Amino acid sequence: MGLLSKKDAKLITDPLADNNPITIQVLGICSALAITAELKASLVMGIAVMFVLGIGNVVISLMRNIIPSKIRIIVQLIVVAALVIIVDQVLKAFAYELSKTLSVFVGLIITNCIIMGRFEAFALANKPWRSFLDGIGNALGYALILLIVGFFRELLGSGTLFGIPVLGDPIEKTGVYSLGYENNGFMLMPPMALIIVGLIIWVQRSRNKALIED
Amino acid sequence: MGLKSNLHNLKEKYKGTKMAPAFNAIHTFLYLPNETTHGGTHIKAADDLKRTMNIVIMALVPCLIFGIFNAGYQHYAAIDAAAGLTREASLFANFLTWDNFVVGAWTVLPLVIVSYGVGLIVEFIFAVIKGHEVEEGYLVTGMLVPLIVPVDIPLWMLSVAVIFGVVIGKEVFGGTGMNILNPALTIRAFLFFAYPTWMSGDKVWVHEAVERAGTADAISGETLLGAYAQNSSLAGIDYMDMFFGFIPGSVGETSKLLIILGALFLIFSKVGSWRIIVSTLIGALTMGLIFNGVVSAEWIGESSKFYGLMNVPFWQHLIIGSILFGAVYMATDPVTASQTNKGKWIYGFLIGFISIMIRVFNPAYPEGVFLAILLMNVFAPTIDHYVIQGNVKRRMKRLKVKTA
Repeated sequence: MGLLSKKDAKLITDPLADNNPITIQVLGICSALAITAELKASLVMGIAVMFVLGIGNVVISLMRNIIPSKIRIIVQLIVVAALVIIVDQVLKAFAYELSKTLSVFVGLIITNCIIMGRFEAFALANKPWRSFLDGIGNALGYALILLIVGFFRELLGSGTLFGIPVLGDPIEKTGVYSLGYENNGFMLMPPMALIIVGLIIWVQRSRNKALIED
Repeated sequence: MGLKSNLHNLKEKYKGTKMAPAFNAIHTFLYLPNETTHGGTHIKAADDLKRTMNIVIMALVPCLIFGIFNAGYQHYAAIDAAAGLTREASLFANFLTWDNFVVGAWTVLPLVIVSYGVGLIVEFIFAVIKGHEVEEGYLVTGMLVPLIVPVDIPLWMLSVAVIFGVVIGKEVFGGTGMNILNPALTIRAFLFFAYPTWMSGDKVWVHEAVERAGTADAISGETLLGAYAQNSSLAGIDYMDMFFGFIPGSVGETSKLLIILGALFLIFSKVGSWRIIVSTLIGALTMGLIFNGVVSAEWIGESSKFYGLMNVPFWQHLIIGSILFGAVYMATDPVTASQTNKGKWIYGFLIGFISIMIRVFNPAYPEGVFLAILLMNVFAPTIDHYVIQGNVKRRMKRLKVKTA
């Protein structure tokens, strides 16, 4: 990448695979399980977290020298909360149906461990530009897993992708449904999301033995 | 050269290669290996893993055969019922007939073949990838699976569930002996949550009922629990039919008599733990008695949706549904059950207790046995931990008294 130095580019690419916030650090699992039954919700959640984490990291990084370390958690919370409220209001204004699907989980971005984790671990000790890249990178890693999980859950659970039927009509029995295929109701339940995340972790660690800890 | 020496030569030829476990598995499954152990201490025991598994399979075969006949019997009984004829079950007159056997074998044997075929393929693949020997664990699971599903479950669903159950229920934990959950029940749970329309209702328990639905030849047959959960009356079914198993249900779990015989065989051969079986039944009876008490104390009226199942006399809970099958063949799985004797009592009691609780309180899950066993599978190590800690504490106290 010509735009970024090698070190900066690593901030973006690292969290996508070998330091993925969900599969390696196992953070942000709660929302990953709850909202990934549909691909659209996964995408919006990924974008929302990217917005909050990117801007939040910059804000924290700008203030890093003036935040008293004793109250830094409170300051971080206020920053996240402010950003999450913006996201929430925007969703309610322009994508009301979707904000109803996501329901409480937009608000719960505040408690997403990835965000506080990056504030603490990175933004408090780095300059704004690098913090911004780190935030975007981690949010991309988060969104990537959400999209993979959402893809399988929506395809196998409802036979659609982004709400568009791709396997035929289950009621009219067209497409693969005419062969006797049926949607897998288990896919729509959160336990299956946990199993899919587990399978991703399994595949990733068996491909890269360096990630196996103990 | 016979097959044995052929296999033996193949085994030598492929020694150390990737495919070695696959050849070894076929070889040791069919014959005794040629090698003997050298050096070190020898322990002579006749109860290796393969023999244990074979004993359980032998205990299951009567249930399978009965299930085949019953599948056919229920099919013809439902056709008679649709035509308005009543039918008295009798063992030789209309149960052990050639027609029943043909229909039953045609529906049940594919389940067995798919279960074993798919499961063993998964096992072989994992053995080759991981480079260990193929384990015998699937032999029992593969036999249990066809016995705990409805007769008309589509075969592709069964294979998806078997792959899921073997991989998630067993292989991710490290294979036979390392699993937390009973793989056969994991398979059933997967089917139940993934395809609920094929695992409950009044169509799936009778062969061809689904295809005939909506036509003039429509037939149906509901399980007793399904009927109880809807508060319907159970006219026409007597307790002897329940006990002998001439009722609709999953393939192998209807005949209580054969399950009891299987249980005696397992206890006699010391493969199944009598503590778990007995305590499960005690747990179920306790919960049944509590519910009967609630009804007779009139805390709950006939209008309540729980009335139908709560009013079932407590001992009848043992002959409806599959609690007996679960207690004998599932709860006693030595890998996933508690290991300590005291732990087994607690483990079994809670399985029975929770089974009946789910059965009564959640009409959406008319059979709670498999959920209860899976739940207690998860808690079995915890129970063992506290039993052992309690023991350690007691002995420490004794030690202190002695030294003081």
